Amino acid sequence: MEWAGLINYGVFMLTLAGIYAVMTLGLNLQWGFTGQFNIGIAGFFAAGAYASAILTTPPSADHLGGFDMPIAVGLLGAVLVSGVLALLVGLVTLNLRTDYLAIATIGIAEIVRLFLKNEDWLTNGVRGVAEIPKALSTTPLDPALADLLVVLAALAVVYGLLERGRRSPWGRVLRAIRESEPGTQASGKNVFAFRIQAFVLGSMAMGLSGALYAHFTGFISPEAFDPEFITFLVWVMLIAGGSANNRGAVLGAMAIWAVWAGTEFLTGKLPAEFTTQAGALRIFLIGVLVQGILLWRPEGLLPERQDGKKRG
Amino acid sequence: MLSIRTLSKSFGGVTAVDECSFDIARGSITGLIGPNGAGKTTLFNIAAGFLKPDSGRILLDGQDITALSPHERFHLGLVRTFQLPQTFQRMTVRENLMVAPPEQSGENLFATWFLPWKVAAEEKRVREKADEVLDFLEIPHVADELAGNLSGGQKKLLELGRCLMTDAKMVLLDEPGAGVNPTLMVKLTAMIRRLNEERGFTVCIIEHDMDVITELCDPVVCMSQGAVIAHGSMADIRANEDVLEAYLGGGRAAAGRGGRAT
Repeated sequence: MEWAGLINYGVFMLTLAGIYAVMTLGLNLQWGFTGQFNIGIAGFFAAGAYASAILTTPPSADHLGGFDMPIAVGLLGAVLVSGVLALLVGLVTLNLRTDYLAIATIGIAEIVRLFLKNEDWLTNGVRGVAEIPKALSTTPLDPALADLLVVLAALAVVYGLLERGRRSPWGRVLRAIRESEPGTQASGKNVFAFRIQAFVLGSMAMGLSGALYAHFTGFISPEAFDPEFITFLVWVMLIAGGSANNRGAVLGAMAIWAVWAGTEFLTGKLPAEFTTQAGALRIFLIGVLVQGILLWRPEGLLPERQDGKKRG
Repeated sequence: MLSIRTLSKSFGGVTAVDECSFDIARGSITGLIGPNGAGKTTLFNIAAGFLKPDSGRILLDGQDITALSPHERFHLGLVRTFQLPQTFQRMTVRENLMVAPPEQSGENLFATWFLPWKVAAEEKRVREKADEVLDFLEIPHVADELAGNLSGGQKKLLELGRCLMTDAKMVLLDEPGAGVNPTLMVKLTAMIRRLNEERGFTVCIIEHDMDVITELCDPVVCMSQGAVIAHGSMADIRANEDVLEAYLGGGRAAAGRGGRAT
């Protein structure tokens, strides 16, 4: 019984870590390779979650649809919606330099959150969307295991596509943009077009991640998309794991998620009178961890690799 | 080859380039000289598309390119280097060069996902080309080094290498010799001449080292305070009253320029 409980807990945690890993890979494309400072991750995550939820739930009087579509359609819809959102945002903001882009994206994430909160006809506002179907529910698989399988499969696909992109001339141009925009222009590249592609593709991964989350929990409300717990954590995961290394991004997501879960365990031991501060304490502990990483291992657990570079 | 037609550009109250006009002949190595602040680099930035002029036009081979972006001009064969090398620091030297060749199908994401064999075959050729260029530049031993670890002179060579990766027609070299030791400077001069003779690059070069200019360039264009004040062979330039004033007596030159500007 004890063991079964532990395995269930492990499956649950691994599923969530996998969902975060998909997002971290998306951010890695934007920040790690292209140097785009996106701190609006939660917005794209939320857009994907709601898109898939609305597409796949049974018809409801509370929100738009649902359209009772297969989950595959929901995931695809999430990728498209977050991609279109990123395209619109990108066309307006991607000529901004790093720090200005950061401010613009955080504003956009807030707009998305407030939009989802207030447009009752579309999202049922603060009451959220319920009855989001689970993946592979018609198969004899254990539902928790089914979730994990779907998340890991999505993670594998996203990793494969982005890793192949990284190794290609396409990825090389992105890294060149990160290093020197004038130099890339002088090499005859259409910098804006590449930046848009990286931004849209990275945001699509975030949207997909949101959809996976929606089907995993079965219920979403605007509260679940607090930037504190999404944007912040994903950044920590990328920095800890190793910016500009896709394996590092996945490892960082797993490691930080384990630490994050561990802090919950830790704060659970606090005397009752401190329980209200527990959430803040967890964030604080993660903050301390980031400081430590930045001081002692700024390149992350797995630093950027140079293909063909001799180590020495 | 390249025609600058009455270009002007101001930054706030400062007129950096002031109704500047000259032509660069096909196959020539044209020198662009002038005191600091004469507007040479600004002119290069405009010619390469990195800055928009306030007025005037730029023609490449008779085609008006004034409205084109830097990468569009690049594809027409107009390639530039930077005074401060714009190398890709956290990429290897070879990768730095491999960015440059145009029309790599691997720059299309779908090709990298679905036509990997085609991309791989192209990559092999681009890689070989990069190694040839590194041989030409005489720095093959740093191919796998991160560009950020190169010396200043090697970065200058890498800047030049970017032009070599392309089929440029017209290259704009912004002070390729600045901060380069005299031995390397001799090598660099020889390389630029070879590029001109063997590969048919038309070259326009900004340089403060008059020995280099004398050795390489004919004709030479001299700018001062945003305007062209002289245009001719180095001997003509040396004898030119306005040029001497611009270099030696800033105040008198500025006062006298209005009447005598060419």
